[in-house]
Amino acid sequence: MSEWTKKSLLDLQTLNKEEIELILETAKSFKEVSAREVKKVPALRGKTVVTLFFEPSTRTRASFELAAKRLSADTINIASSTSSQTKGESVLDTARNIEAMNVDAIIVRHSSSGVPKILSDHMDAAIINAGDGCRAHPTQALLDMFTIQEKLGHIKGLNVAIIGDIKHSRVARSNIWGLTKLGAKVTVCGPATLIPVGIESLGATVDYDLDNVIKNNDVLMPLRIQLERQQEKYLPSLREYAKKFGINKAKLKNAKKDVLIMHPGPTNRGLELSAEVADGEYSVILDQVTNGVAVRMAILYLLLGARGKPSEDE
Amino acid sequence: MSLLIKNAIIVNADKASKQAQDILIDKGVIKKIAASINEKATTTVDAKGMHVLPGLIDVHVHFREPGQEHKETVESGIHAAAKGGFTSVLCMPNTIPVMDNRSIAELVISESKRVGMINVYPIGAITKGQNNEELTDMFELKEAGCKALSDDGRCVTNSRLMRLAFEYAKMVDIPLIQHCEDHSLSCGSVMNEGINSTVLGVKGDPGLSETVIVARDIELADYLGTRIHFAHMSLKRSVEMIRDAKKRGIQVTAEACPHHFTLTDDALKDFNTCAKVNPPLRTQEDVDAVKEGLKDGTIDCIATDHAPHAKEDKEMDLDHAPCGMVGLETAVGLVVTELVAAKVLSWPQVAERMSAAPAKLAGLANKGAIEEGKDADITIIDSKAEWTVTEADFVSKSTNSPFIGRELKGRVHTTICGGKVVYKT
Repeated sequence: MSEWTKKSLLDLQTLNKEEIELILETAKSFKEVSAREVKKVPALRGKTVVTLFFEPSTRTRASFELAAKRLSADTINIASSTSSQTKGESVLDTARNIEAMNVDAIIVRHSSSGVPKILSDHMDAAIINAGDGCRAHPTQALLDMFTIQEKLGHIKGLNVAIIGDIKHSRVARSNIWGLTKLGAKVTVCGPATLIPVGIESLGATVDYDLDNVIKNNDVLMPLRIQLERQQEKYLPSLREYAKKFGINKAKLKNAKKDVLIMHPGPTNRGLELSAEVADGEYSVILDQVTNGVAVRMAILYLLLGARGKPSEDE
Repeated sequence: MSLLIKNAIIVNADKASKQAQDILIDKGVIKKIAASINEKATTTVDAKGMHVLPGLIDVHVHFREPGQEHKETVESGIHAAAKGGFTSVLCMPNTIPVMDNRSIAELVISESKRVGMINVYPIGAITKGQNNEELTDMFELKEAGCKALSDDGRCVTNSRLMRLAFEYAKMVDIPLIQHCEDHSLSCGSVMNEGINSTVLGVKGDPGLSETVIVARDIELADYLGTRIHFAHMSLKRSVEMIRDAKKRGIQVTAEACPHHFTLTDDALKDFNTCAKVNPPLRTQEDVDAVKEGLKDGTIDCIATDHAPHAKEDKEMDLDHAPCGMVGLETAVGLVVTELVAAKVLSWPQVAERMSAAPAKLAGLANKGAIEEGKDADITIIDSKAEWTVTEADFVSKSTNSPFIGRELKGRVHTTICGGKVVYKT
């Protein structure tokens, strides 16, 4: 079993296959903790973890907070609107002020790419990227891979399709990095105006035909379409998007019998996927959420805790 | 007050002299050039082992006065220019308020006269407030001392308005400089659109935004029989179009900046905001094409687009950092390292791109060459000096340069303007 040596988790681009597998393996042990009556292990007792979110989030922040608390760490949440960002303090200034209170880890989400790296380069605290701009969302991709591995037994050799606004998606990018490192074949599908230049050089294939994509892939991962994209003229209408790129029960007729339907959430029911499919037999969306806590516990443990397996309650 | 330069290898645009010569300067004018001059002078400069060029002229700088004096002033800009070997600069009008009337032009001129040292000429705006809606009073701006007009920082994207600007400027006989950027294509972008921008997850500017305007203005210049000067060309395709336009006899001139013949968009991979510039750093193919364009004369001038920003302005995420880098103090080092040492340009070509051609564009008839009777603006370059760019060395108020830490060959030894030494190592 390899060792974790990095101070921060910024993205999957800079992790190798062994490091990703270490996180997934560690997450397995922590999933069990959340199923107990007393959902607590003392691994990070006395550690201080801060979530610093400059972009709104319900589930990711709650997921990180629960992960930290279940490891017995102390947590506080700082949201952009309540922090001094509005008073014109720079991101680095805000983070340094927080670090001065002797915190061990800062979990940061920001609408601009590169912010977590800037923080990690200038501070001693461990930085965990909860999403920066359109660049990376490593914990989401890790919990996606954990879910795939759990349900289908492996990642190597699988065909995974990511459907939607790839251009603006950090989830898509992190998944492409992670899945290809573990030997899966990734296809991206969506309107041409929302497929970014050079995506093939990251190892993804482009296919605009959803029916083809449904037929050929073991995992279908539609992404949330931001309703503003139509205002920004990327899409002629959401109606046409739903018709050509939305997944519903009828279109899944030709899907593989063990196909997984995933989604990073929140879903626009009726747009990228129908309510029926979101709640249907192939959907593992809620498993993703459960696994998210386990994966984030694993990451916090690897960054802040001792090496080796988590100890039992004393 | 006289000055004697001894042992000078004189480099002019047409040729470099094989033998060293002496240059006698009196009352700000080159009085005599000969193999050996033994007259007594107030000051003597020994140029042995160095290249002596006509004073370098930068047709594209941003001195942030009026409005953003914390970044640079006319005074600090003059010091940076002198250190960089420049004896004349043209400064862009995107000040606050915009230089769209004679009072702002006169402010810059009076400030530069107060400081002295080198020549500073204002560039007036093409449209009022650079608003892309109404033309400025071009006669007034020319009479106030503007040597060119530009909306640089922004592009005149309204084609009808640009046509009118060309027609009017032709009558006024003042050159127009276009910052080529179709804002609808580039809007919100942070760097070149390509594999790097996709991996970094930031909005990219497709080369299209520059080339569609280059194409448009070539068409306008052709149709109306006017001249046009393209600022900071960054793309292979732009160079190709200009080369073709020149072949067809259209009066196009162009400039390129040192960063566009040195760096690619790889420089942004670690989110270095000092590498965020407009037009953005492009690909290696574009860098090579810019060099080729400088070599074959498709690109007439080297200009720095010196764009100072305070530390706190640049200490930001890539999305919000302002565009631009300082360039006056690193230009010569980059030209010698990337072009002369790399055998892209000969020394006479350097004199052409950095002095003679800019003088021609700006209508500075008595500058741009070392000849008897010309203004005594002279730059002495030590082409063998090896140095590392360090932040502490900068004389400019701002130090936003992606070249900090870079090892360069070639440095300005002495800058002489109007017969006076305004900088020496």
